[in-house]
Parts: sequence; structure tokens; C-alpha cells
Amino acid sequence: MSHGDLSFMSTLTDPPKEQFRLSMLVNDTRYRSLTFQAIAALVLALAIWYLGNNLIQNLRAAGLNISYDFLGDRSGYDINQRLIEYDSQSSHASAALVGILNTLLVAVLACITATIFGVIAGVLRLSNNWLVSKLMAVYVEIFRNIPVLIWIIIIFTIMTAVMPGAKAYLGENPERELLFGLFAFTNRGIYAPAPVWNDGSMIVVAVFFVSIFAMFAYRRYAKKLLFDTGKLLPMGWPSLAILILPTVLIFFLLGQPIGLDAPDPLANRFNLRGGIQIGAPLIALWFALSIYTGAFIAENVRAGIQAISKGQFEAAAALGLRPGRVMNLVVLPQALRVIIPPLISNFLNITKNSSLAIAVGYADITATLGGVTLNQTGRAIECVLLLMLFYLTASLLISMGMNFYNASVKLKER
Amino acid sequence: MKNTVILGALTIAGLSAGAAAAGTLDDVKARGKLNCGVTTGLVGFAAPNASGEWEGFDVAVCRAVAAAVLGDATAVEFVPTTGKTRFTALASGEIDVLARNTTWTFSRDVDLKFEFTGVNYYDGQGFMVPKELGVSSAKELDGATVCIQTGTTTELNLADFFRSNNISYEPVPIETNAEAQQQYLAGACDVYTTDASGLAATRATFEAPDEHALLPEIISKEPLGPLVRHGDHEWGDVVRWTLNALISAEELGVTSANLAEMAAGTNNPEINRLLGTEGNLGEMLGLSADWGKNAIAAGGNYGEVFANNIGEATPIGLARGLNAQWTKGGLLYSPPFR
Amino acid sequence: MSDKKNNNPIAFVATSVIPESPPPAREAGVYKWVRENLFSNIPNSILTLVAIAVVYNVLSNTLPWILNGIWTTSSLTECREVLQGKTGACFSVLAERWAQLLYGFKYPEEEYWRPNLALILLFFALAPVLFFDLPRKLLGFTVIYPFLAFWLIWGGSILVPIVALLGFAVAAVVFQKLGKGSFAASFFGAIVAALVVWKVGGMLIPDNASETAMLAAVPSRDLGGFMLNMMLGVTCVSLSVPLGIALALGRQSSMPLIKWICVVFIEFVRGVPLITLLFVASVMLSYFFPPDATVDLFLRVVIMITLFSAAYIAEVIRGGLAALPKGQYEAADSLGLDYPQAMRLIILPQALKISIPGIVNVAVGLFKDTTLVSVISMFDLVGMIRGPVLASTEWNGVYWELLGFAAALFFVVCYGISQYSQWLERRLATGHR
Repeated sequence: MSHGDLSFMSTLTDPPKEQFRLSMLVNDTRYRSLTFQAIAALVLALAIWYLGNNLIQNLRAAGLNISYDFLGDRSGYDINQRLIEYDSQSSHASAALVGILNTLLVAVLACITATIFGVIAGVLRLSNNWLVSKLMAVYVEIFRNIPVLIWIIIIFTIMTAVMPGAKAYLGENPERELLFGLFAFTNRGIYAPAPVWNDGSMIVVAVFFVSIFAMFAYRRYAKKLLFDTGKLLPMGWPSLAILILPTVLIFFLLGQPIGLDAPDPLANRFNLRGGIQIGAPLIALWFALSIYTGAFIAENVRAGIQAISKGQFEAAAALGLRPGRVMNLVVLPQALRVIIPPLISNFLNITKNSSLAIAVGYADITATLGGVTLNQTGRAIECVLLLMLFYLTASLLISMGMNFYNASVKLKER
Repeated sequence: MKNTVILGALTIAGLSAGAAAAGTLDDVKARGKLNCGVTTGLVGFAAPNASGEWEGFDVAVCRAVAAAVLGDATAVEFVPTTGKTRFTALASGEIDVLARNTTWTFSRDVDLKFEFTGVNYYDGQGFMVPKELGVSSAKELDGATVCIQTGTTTELNLADFFRSNNISYEPVPIETNAEAQQQYLAGACDVYTTDASGLAATRATFEAPDEHALLPEIISKEPLGPLVRHGDHEWGDVVRWTLNALISAEELGVTSANLAEMAAGTNNPEINRLLGTEGNLGEMLGLSADWGKNAIAAGGNYGEVFANNIGEATPIGLARGLNAQWTKGGLLYSPPFR
Repeated sequence: MSDKKNNNPIAFVATSVIPESPPPAREAGVYKWVRENLFSNIPNSILTLVAIAVVYNVLSNTLPWILNGIWTTSSLTECREVLQGKTGACFSVLAERWAQLLYGFKYPEEEYWRPNLALILLFFALAPVLFFDLPRKLLGFTVIYPFLAFWLIWGGSILVPIVALLGFAVAAVVFQKLGKGSFAASFFGAIVAALVVWKVGGMLIPDNASETAMLAAVPSRDLGGFMLNMMLGVTCVSLSVPLGIALALGRQSSMPLIKWICVVFIEFVRGVPLITLLFVASVMLSYFFPPDATVDLFLRVVIMITLFSAAYIAEVIRGGLAALPKGQYEAADSLGLDYPQAMRLIILPQALKISIPGIVNVAVGLFKDTTLVSVISMFDLVGMIRGPVLASTEWNGVYWELLGFAAALFFVVCYGISQYSQWLERRLATGHR
């Protein structure tokens, strides 16, 4: 026991002047950590050497090699949902890029809607309406306790089974009319009009951006006026007017330079043509991820609000604040500090869970690089490594953002 | 450190299989079981039935090889593989032979270092459409949404076909046959494309098979066959000639019904060599003399295997077509047993 | 007194206490409850009406479907014939294939009692870990349980788990004996002792032991269905707890190299989705094993999932370690305990106790994630549904019944565990400080 004594105190006393003995490597705190680290380094090096050696031997036996040249080869397959130009003549690398963008697309969309679902459900769960709060509890428990893969499959199946086929919208006398003549909801996806940018459309866009700035400037001014003089300017309607009126005005003045390209039911016998198509796999995955993660976020939101002590509510009420302002000015700023960190880790989960796109045929990075490309080229090791590299980078970036945020909202005590 | 302990414990607990010897043939004999890679479920070709027994056309190849090598058609461990895992499973030695609807292509043979031991089914990629669409040719499919079962050469053939005909399409890649079928039936895609045999198998399970038509175009050559690792020629020979034995047996009129009688000796020297009553073909392969007889006894000759699993009398209902014997206008042609 | 009151001359003074009258109808009973909880103001009333509409919609669609359900036919076509166009579920698929869904299609039918027994025993093994009030002696069974369960499920020679257990036992004894000296010596001594026991024991077990064994051996490829999910969940979580503790301690270590290794490992694993790790298990890992050995898929998947959950559990335990007041560390130091002693006797028991709810949450998440193995061609519950069952000629097209069944099974298990975790959290919240 006396040898193994490792209190902090012993490091503070003067080191005994004795000669170096081999047993000191194990028993002396000054050397012991070095010994352990040396052993750890040795074990690590051995493990890496062992695995690497096995890999080399196995590859040599199979006559294979590690090479990333296949990324430049023609991919040979088409991708349905894509954000950039791509066809079967493009390279595997561009297929991977399409996949990356698709992953990011569904992740961002799902993060937004999951937050909305989560906040609504979390707040409603605390509602004093018994039925609604129980309903939200049921929602949260059902979605939290069933695997997301099952949810993705169920929602995809529901979409396929419940929504009408594209045929319902096609032909001269369709069963269903386009909603407002612009939107079609089919089990292949949602068809929406695409904007057509004619001459002068850039001016409209520019005006719109300027009005956004103007709106914020106005709100800032109104707030300053309120704090300085106590004069209360109306907020809602004027800001809305500043936001919309100039753009609408300029839009009509320039002779409606932005048109809409609505989906056309007559152009093709199989599908609606034109406009924007949001594929069913994307919608199913998006919705499944949002509603699943929304249940987790709801719990975070509830915990965050409940973490605010009752005194805060009462103090705010005693100051004469209306319930909406109590929420906005007192509760939410404090609750956010509790809500945001788990929220970000939920965003991370969404990004990682989006890899389940493979179950519904959405062309994310797992389905392109880790799916068809891997199948076609047989380059399993290379593809899986690249796949992990991408997710790792994405996660680290999100974590960095989270740490940055945490540092900025940290309570500045004392 | 903890990890090593756990690994050690599990290893000692006998979960990891034993060491492998020089050649696959010796391995299989030592193990007493054949590890055979199959699909995760395609009715008619390889699927577990209600009682959990694997059955199907590809499964029959596995059983024949097991019977030839080990004398026991049930000494097979079926390893379900996906399009993604199949090649690694074979390359890493997890399975001895892959009998999983795998198309023989140049790059798989040469670049991925596998050896195709023959063709047990000549297939081609086809299209299935609902009859009510009124489509009679694949060239009329401009703008259609196409469901594809991923993990095969299907995506590539499809892209090439539409590109060379200068028409557009919307691909919907689906992982499993069951889900692709659900999408197709719900109208989420207009066309379902995969190997023609798979289409027939799928259509057979529909509620109203008559409402769906297979289009005449076959847009690719899909010679499907069992494959083994490159470089192990003894083992490759065993699989190749087991398959040839089944094909030859049909050509020579050896069936499971008359097998016992024929094995007693016939006037036809080739039948005798095939069944091991004459010559020493088995010995040359490193197998017992009656290997051919065992292989045929496992599920009958090629024609019987075909008829029992995917033939016209089964729900799959495939005609022999290209897969008839060469004497009957098909492509099946086994090199002679001599 | 009362007489006096009665004689009070002033007219408006009540002469008797007015009897208590019931509250007005709108302030009592169901009416009051409904008004206060459902219709307290206009937005609330709207919410209530919307909620009622949602509930009605869901129930009116599902109830007839469930109640009309058919349990006895042998294929979907027959179901459709019986229903003749009416709404109704075809639960026959569950009646016919329940065994496959629960145990996989290869596990021998006459051996189903073995996983069942293992499951029942699991509760007894877990009880002393989960409920602190139970006598500590029951932990002995918890220690034996993994070996017992292994033997029950895989069968084969009973010598195998006994040798494995013996190895651990010898290691523990050696650790105790050498523990009088230095920690490092006893630690490495224990490992060497265990390895020696396993090596010798492994040689002693006859090769044909499995064939003559009391319980027939079942290869791990034959495991499947919900049993596979349960086994992956239980095995990986229990294996990853010790690994997670080691990683958490390593991450807090003052030795830079060890800390660095742990940080890189944890952040790497937490940064990639489980499915890529499963791809590693299915398509890459075989290349990293020695060329002459093959490790079966189940073990490869167990390795990857264990590493995965270990990283998450390590973070939970790190939180537990950080939550301990600094005084506990200082107290341990001032008692003159060395690092292993301080950890074993003071820090870890407290840190683990407050980490249990977090670990349970990780366990629930991991258990749900075991369904991902269906993507790499393992026939777990989801894999069975998407593969053999839906691909069969008879049951092609029965989605809702099967997916609903899977969802219900997972819900029951996960909800149960998460209720436990909440109960524990409440208990710990009062018990702490």
C-alpha cells in the first residue's frame, strides 16, 4: 500500500533524493504516468500494426488494392432528386456530391420542422387543456419509444398508400384538379410551381431584401424610442407593410417580371411536367425525421420551461406583463439556455439519422456513395471510409457551432 | 484493454470459426458444411419458406454442390447477402460460393477478382407496366417514373437504355423487392424494372396478375451464375462441373426418378462417367466417385430444378426460353464429361 | 347559549347557521372539470375541438380495422376473400408467423424455451442492478447470468461458458491477492491469469463437445427476429458499460496520451451514424481480421455496436463524474487512497448511481437502433418483416399488421424501460443531497 500511495500531497513534498530504480517506473508517481503512457502507445501501435498488416495481407490475397481512382469514373446511374446538374455520364464523385447536398437538404429541412413540432408539442404539453396535454404526451411517448427506422418505413408506406397516384391529375378530365391550379399532391411527391425569373426580376428581389432591412431598422427604432421616451409605436402592422408593400408595388410597376411555371398535367402521359417536384422519399424521410425528433425536442422544451422557477412567472406577472410578454421576455430567454444544448444534439441526431434514407430510396450520401457506387465499383473500404469522413466532418462542424453558442450564452456570473 | 478481454472471452467461447486451410475444397470438407451466399429473399430463386427452409433455384445449386462435395444436400449454411455485402462476403471468405442472381460482367470477373463458374440462368432486364397504361413498348415510356430494385446492374442498364433512346425518366431506387412491389402497386411508379425472371416472380404474387404486362424489350444480357474467389481453381472446378453435371443430366435424360437405375450402369459411357460408374472423374476433382450422382440426387437434373422452383407449373411460371437445352433451341450447353 | 341566540331581538341577525348548499352546477363535478380543463377560454375550446376531431378520426379509421381483424386464414388472398371488401386487418400473418417474427426463421422450434428462460432470468439478473433496495447478494446471480444466458441461447458444450467464467474468477482472485501490492501489477497479473485459464481451458475442451452437449448448439446465424434485437441490445449495453467507464476515466485522465486516445475515439464514434459502423462490420471488418480466421457477422456487429454505445455511455458517465462535488475527490485524496482505490470506493459508486438514468436512456436508444441491422442483411424483427415475410407469396402486401406489431413490441419494451428511468430519476432527485 505504501508504494502505491498516490495522493496529491505526495507530489507537493520535495522529491526524495534517491537513485533511480526500475521499480520506480511502476511505483513512483513521477514516472508512473510515463510508464502507463508508454504502454498505451505501445498497445496502440501494436493494434494499428496488427490491423494494418491483416488488411494488407487480406487485400493481397484477394488481389485488390486501395485506390480512389474510381471517383473519377463515369457513374452510369441516374439520380431522381438532385440539387445540381447530374446525369449518368457524370462521375462517381459528382454522384457523391449530389448525395452530400441531398443529405444536407433533408437534414436542414428536418431540423427546422422538428424544432417547430417540438416547440408546439412541448408548449401544448404544458397547456392547462387536459385533452391536449394528454394527446401531446401520447405523441411524445409513442414516437420516442418506437425505432425511427420503423417510423420511416411506416410513413413512407402511408404516403404511398393514402395519397393518390399521379394519374389522378393527368389528362383532359382528371379526377382531381390542381390546388389553385398550382399544386399537386401525389404519392410520387408534391408538385409545386417554380418561379420564372424574367427581365427586371432582380430589381424586385433587391427591393425585397432592402425592405427586410428596412423592417428591422424600423423595429429597432421603435424599440429605442420605447426605451428612451416610453412612447409605444405599433410594431406588427407597420413592419408587415414595410416588408410587403414596396415589393408588391415594384412587382406590378415592372409588369410582373416574376412568373410561375405551374406543373402541367397535359404535357406527359405518366407525370406532371414542369415546376418543382419534391419527391415522396424526401417528404417521407423529412416528415419522419421531424416528427420523431420533434418528440425528443418537445421533452427538452418542456424540461426547459419547467426549469424556470415559478417565481419568475409570478414576478413577471407582478410587473404587469401580459402572458405573451412573460413568455417572450422572461421565460423563453432563460429556458433557451436549457433547451439549446440538447436541441443541437438533436440536430446532430437528425443529420446522422438521415442516413436511413436508404430505407425509402432517397438519394442521400449513404444511398449514392455508400449504396449504388459501392455496389457498382465494389470499392467497399474506400466508400465506407469516405462516408464516415463526411459524417464526421458534418458532426464536428455542428458541435463546433454548439460550443460557440454555449460559450456565448453562458451565464456571466460574478 | 477491456476490449481485448471481451474479445478473448468471446473467441474462447467458440463464436469465431476455426482456422482455414489451403484451399476452399479442403476447408469445406473439414468444416462439413458449405457456406453459400444467397439473396435475402426472392421467391423462386432463394427464400425461406414458412418452416424456415431455404428453397429456390439458386438454393438448388448450393445444395447440389454440397451434395457433390459432402454427400449431404442439407449440409449447407445459407448466408443471406445484400447487393452491398455479397462481394465482401465472398472475398473475405465468409462464404465459399455466391449463388445470388449475380450477373457475370467483365469488371466483376477481372477487376473484383471473382471467377464465374458458369451460367445457371440466362436473364435479361425487363419492364412491367399496368395494362391500363396502354404501353406496348419500353420506348413509349418517355417521362415515366421507374421503380428499380437497387444493388444490381439494373440502374446502369436502365440509364443506358433511356439515354440511347433519348427519352427521359424518373428513377426511384428501392432496396427490397417487397417494397418496390408495394410502390409499383400503389401507383407511385408507372414501371417496375428488374430481371425478367424477377418480374415474373413478382407478378405471380399479385392479387390480379392479369392486369400487368411485361414489355417485349429485354434491355440487357444478364447471365446469372454462381461465382467463387479468383485463384482457387480446384474449388472453381468443383462448382463449375457440379453445375455442368446438372445440365448434362438433363441432356442425357438422367432424372431423379431413374437415377438409381442409371447409376447401376448403362450403355451410355458418358452417363456412366457422369454418375461415377466408369472412369475416375470424381477423383480428378478431389471428390468421391459418386459425386455426380449425389449432386443430381439433391434436387434432380437442371430441368427438374427449373420446373420445381420457377417453371410453368409453379406460381412463378417462367418458360424455359433461353434456358432450354441447346438441343431444344436454348443456350444451355454443357461441355462433355470425358 | 342557543336559547339566547334564538331570542335575539334584532330581526336581520340570523338565528341559525344556514345549511351548506351544494356548489352551483357549473362549479361542480364533471361539468366544472370539463369547463376548467377543456373549455376555459376560446382558444382552449378550439384546441379541444381540434383534439377531439383528431382522436375521432384516428379511432374511426383504426378501430373497425382492428375489430374486423381476421386471425385464422393462411394467406392474404384468403383474408381478402373473407373480408369481401370490408375494412379489416389480416392478423393471420401474425398468427402464422409469430414464431418467425420473435425468434427468426432458423431457430429450432423445440428450443424456443431456451431464449424464453433466458429472458425470464434476465429480469432476476437485472433486478439487483436496477433496484437498490434488493439484497446485494443477488448480484452474484447477475455475475453468473451472462454465461448462463450464453449457454442457454447458443447451447453447445457447457464447458465453454464454464471455462470463460473460470477465467474471470481466477482473474478476480489474482487481482485480490496481488491487490495488496500495486494496482498495476494486480491488473496485468489478472489479465495474464485469465488468458492462461482460457488458453488451457480451450485446449481441454474436446472438439466434439458441442455435438454431444446437453443443449443442441445453435449457430449465431440462426438467431433472428425480436430475440436478435433483444440480444444485441442486452449484450452490447452490458459490454459497453465497463468500456464506457474506462473511456470516461481515460478522458478525465491527466495523462495526455491516454486522454487524447479516449477523446479521439469518443468523438469519432459519436460523429458517425451507426449505420456506417454497421457497414464497417458488414463490408470492411473482415479485412482487418487475420486472413485465416473468419469472425461471424453477429460477433462483428456486436463489436461495432458495443464500441458505438460505449462512446455514448462514456459521455453519460463523464457527466456523472463531473456532477460529483469536488470535495469527494479531495476527501478520497485526504484519506490517502490511491487512484484505483479512490475510484473504486468513493467516486465511481456515486458517479454511476447518478448516471444510471442516462445510461438507461442510452440503452433505450441503442435498443431501438438495433433495428438498423436489417439494412446489413440480418433478420431481426424489421429484417424478417421486410425480407422473408413480405417476400413470401402468401403474405405479400400485409404491411400495416406487421409494422404495427413491430411498433407495439418496441413500444412496450422501451416505454417500460423509460418509465423505470423516470422513476429512478425521481428517486435519485430526492435521495441526493
